[in-house]
Amino acid sequence: MNIEIDINKKKKPTPTVQLKICQFHFYYGAFHALKNINMDIYKNHVTAFIGPSGCGKSTLLRTLNRMYSLYPEQRAEGQLLLEGKNILEASVDVNELRSRVGMVFQKPTPFPMSIYDNIAFGVRLHERLSRGLMDERVEWALQRAALWDEVKDKLNQSGMSLSGGQQQRLCIARGIAVKPDILLLDEPTSALDPISTLRIEELISDLKKDFTIVIVTHNMQQAARISDFTAYMYLGEVVEFGETDSIFVQPKKKETEDYITGRFG
Amino acid sequence: MDLHKKRKLVNRIALMLSLGAMAFGLFWLIWILATIVKLGVSGIHLSVFTQMTPPPGSAGGLANAIWGSVTMVGLATLLGTPIGILAGVYLAEYGQNTVLGHMTRFINDILLSAPSIVVGLFVYTAVVLPIGHFSGFAGILALAILVVPVVIRTTENILRLVPNSLREAASALGAPKWVMITQVTIRASQAGILTGILLAVARITGETAPLLFTALSNQFWSTNLNQPMANLPVTIYRFAMSPFSDWQELAWAAVLLITVGVLALNIVARSLFKQKIVS
Repeated sequence: MNIEIDINKKKKPTPTVQLKICQFHFYYGAFHALKNINMDIYKNHVTAFIGPSGCGKSTLLRTLNRMYSLYPEQRAEGQLLLEGKNILEASVDVNELRSRVGMVFQKPTPFPMSIYDNIAFGVRLHERLSRGLMDERVEWALQRAALWDEVKDKLNQSGMSLSGGQQQRLCIARGIAVKPDILLLDEPTSALDPISTLRIEELISDLKKDFTIVIVTHNMQQAARISDFTAYMYLGEVVEFGETDSIFVQPKKKETEDYITGRFG
Repeated sequence: MDLHKKRKLVNRIALMLSLGAMAFGLFWLIWILATIVKLGVSGIHLSVFTQMTPPPGSAGGLANAIWGSVTMVGLATLLGTPIGILAGVYLAEYGQNTVLGHMTRFINDILLSAPSIVVGLFVYTAVVLPIGHFSGFAGILALAILVVPVVIRTTENILRLVPNSLREAASALGAPKWVMITQVTIRASQAGILTGILLAVARITGETAPLLFTALSNQFWSTNLNQPMANLPVTIYRFAMSPFSDWQELAWAAVLLITVGVLALNIVARSLFKQKIVS
């Protein structure tokens, strides 16, 4: 494990809350999957959800852009306040919400179209841009996703022709091209090799300047390396939530410590 | 006997049986193809494509029958394909687990396996009798009814092969469902859907029964769809059964044309589908 801790770090100013999760419950049919979640997601910071398989971390992530609403048997209760407005309310337009809360999945999911169109697809859904502005946006997104240099000469090729790591960066570029406030990453590196993983981790640290990032990861070292805040979840509950440094160095709860030190999970 | 030896023996027997079955199937297929080529080739002359179906004893060709077949198959495909694709999209993307979806799928399965002569008789009763005469329109309608279930079935199956993660990815960008379907899932299954259409075309190209009751046949060149229309299958049926050797020769030429046409369509469909798997 390679956790760098600067003990003399000055007390940081309190970050702004971007998304407030209040008394949140989630159900798969009759199964109570998430129980009374209360947590703040801070603006321009990386928040990691960790915990053993089946603890509900992906479920929680997928509620933040209401991904679950694709499936009629799933439902949520409580409040998810995005800048003060409860996004669970029926009056909220999910497509508009998703332009503000983007998502990247575990497996890369390039669309069956060119690299250019993969990026432009999402932008076209929410904005009318001239050809020139669209070109700029596509380049900007690919630059931000550290993919531009590799694909700038083959923007017309299929997105499927890229390697796994490139495909995942394409999906990140696609997500940020829409310019969301929050970017949700659902185990974005678990299907990738170590070098691609490293590149994506570097990317995440860079992207938090512009975006609020929430990441689900199986890999505790990854959470320690890239996140500012960490939530340890178990059996649908948040056991402990706090700054990553303190969670990993001085966890307040015994269960968290057991999980982090590998005695459990 | 020891276990491994026994397994090897069973394996060998099973392999022999499968090879035997394959050889049995291929034997007849090759025999049929060889016969068609042998008897068909001698009837293929330029006049086949330029002259009309003749009365017995005089020279002629199949031009009107080829034209009629191409027209009716083409228009029936144009008519049946959009209906089939739209219904297939409904079944795969909207009606997955709804009562209407299950019902439609069930009825479509019945239609898919319905004998084509039933469809022919249906159109005969519903269209030909009330109008009072055979017509190209009735033939197109009967063929279109055969196209629809094939296209519905393949479209649905192919769309269901598209991984859900792709649908979620499109939704996660804020795409409404119709945009997701038209721009992502249909695009991902283009080749497969096209394969389904080609297979439907291949199927109706050789159908005789539905045309016998609807378009019937015509000795002359006719572009009027409201009149009986010549076509290859019915011509084969009439000419092959006749005692005249020049008619029989033309029938074999027509058989060869249809076989080559359908074979070409199947090859195109297969290569399209293969491309899809590779990408």
